[in-house]
Amino acid sequence: MLQVENLTFEYIRRDEEGNVEGIKTAVDGVDLEVNKGEFISILGHNGSGKSTLAKHFNALLFPTEGTVWVDGLNTMDSQNIWDVRQGAGMVFQNPDNQIIGQVVEEDVGFGPENMGIPTEEIWERVEESLKAVGMYEYRKNSPNHLSGGQKQRVSIAGVIAMHPKCIIFDEPTAMLDPNGRKEVIRAARALNEVEGITIILITHYMEEVIYSDKVFVMDKGKITMQGTPREIFSQVDKLKELRLGVPQVTLLAHELQKRGLNIPNGILDRKELINAIKAYRY
Amino acid sequence: MLRDITLGQYYQTDSHLHRLDPRVKIVATLVYIVSLFVVDNFIGYLIAAAFLLAAIILSKVPPKFIFKGMRAIYFLLLITMVFNLFLTPGEPLFSFWKINVTKEGVKIAVMMGVRLVFLITGSSIMTLTTTPNQLTDGLESLMNPLKKLHVPVHEISMMMSIALRFIPILMEETDKIMKAQMARGADFETGSLIQRAKSLIPLLVPLFISAFRRANDLAMAMEARCYRGGEGRTKMKPLIYHVSDYAAYLVAAAYLGVMIAVGIIF
Repeated sequence: MLQVENLTFEYIRRDEEGNVEGIKTAVDGVDLEVNKGEFISILGHNGSGKSTLAKHFNALLFPTEGTVWVDGLNTMDSQNIWDVRQGAGMVFQNPDNQIIGQVVEEDVGFGPENMGIPTEEIWERVEESLKAVGMYEYRKNSPNHLSGGQKQRVSIAGVIAMHPKCIIFDEPTAMLDPNGRKEVIRAARALNEVEGITIILITHYMEEVIYSDKVFVMDKGKITMQGTPREIFSQVDKLKELRLGVPQVTLLAHELQKRGLNIPNGILDRKELINAIKAYRY
Repeated sequence: MLRDITLGQYYQTDSHLHRLDPRVKIVATLVYIVSLFVVDNFIGYLIAAAFLLAAIILSKVPPKFIFKGMRAIYFLLLITMVFNLFLTPGEPLFSFWKINVTKEGVKIAVMMGVRLVFLITGSSIMTLTTTPNQLTDGLESLMNPLKKLHVPVHEISMMMSIALRFIPILMEETDKIMKAQMARGADFETGSLIQRAKSLIPLLVPLFISAFRRANDLAMAMEARCYRGGEGRTKMKPLIYHVSDYAAYLVAAAYLGVMIAVGIIF
């Protein structure tokens, strides 16, 4: 579905005359492969290059070195650019700055309109996408009257209406309250499980990655760790070094383990911890 | 609440005028404005008044709402009438001190006043019965022939609708920045006019920066959703004429015909 080979991206800063003032390597030699139908997460603190990486999947940025293939299409090839953008939809961080329409249904229809879909089919797509994120009853509302989580669900519907094979979530929950965060993550998981859409979630909230099939941790433009959430969260100390917190339950289990309690590594939720402690007693 | 402001002054209800195609309403409003300037006699204004009254009744908008929009032009109306009354040369009616009031002056002043009132009422009926969205759609479609002259019609209407979408957001943001600056001791309310204008700088700078950032984000989001200008774009809500729209065009044409005839005959 998505293949990244030795991707390097440099931001070049220029002074007023256009001379190169400095070069900042945001992404540094990244290799990555995502299979169809997977739910993967990319973790990293601010400035680790994760958002820059994500913008390559949608042909919003182009590699300085290396190649990105989306569904077999090279993003560098200017003929492919619209197919790439249609195949890999993107949900951004700020809910206000990505809604174009003044009415919810019109915003969802914006993508299909751009693709030149016939009118009747646009309406079908809008209806089905709004139902998929549970926002159908708000279709006539103004986006200004919705909560942050609802706005993000509208943005997701706008992407689904383009029938993408893969959706990239670029820190979709960073500006939301806990309830809004849950709403968005639930919507993303449902799309992955029910519709089989490949999901790439970029975030710095640890709690959100525990459902993914694979986690990549980025630091200074490089991928420093990868594996299943359980494998990643077993390495609490290394994560701390990268300035990433682990979920509280995992941390608690880790501390208990350090004090000599014999429970397994990489505990992800409360139930697991309770079961582990129960099992230990007997 | 700031976010509840409506632009234009759309009045939500279901009437024949509301359901008309926006293009018809724009054209009819233009026809009406033109018609006001081709006649200058009593019968003509009577017909114009009848047409306006019919439109008000059909629109189901309470007259109170329509005349609320008039408040803004009281001053303009007064100035126009006063100037025309006193400064038109002609047969003197009466005069005191240095001021002469002429017969022609009275006639022109009354005419201008009536014209202005009709003009504003007529165009507010259009904005009251048409959402800003429909208005931009209608304008885009009406201006379509201008594309041949390389006028960026689609871009203009896209800009208009994005502006409409972001005005409430930026208003809210202004409010937030204002409060933030006030919490830091900024004073927006006292001092001379110049001082007050100067005190707006700490408000405007962050507002502009944030607006540019939003524009950047929005452009990226639009590109990510395959936006590439008006070429090859389909419409979710295309404008389609119905029988009632053609009927409305006929009515507007007939009205214009009658007005021109009245203007010539009398």
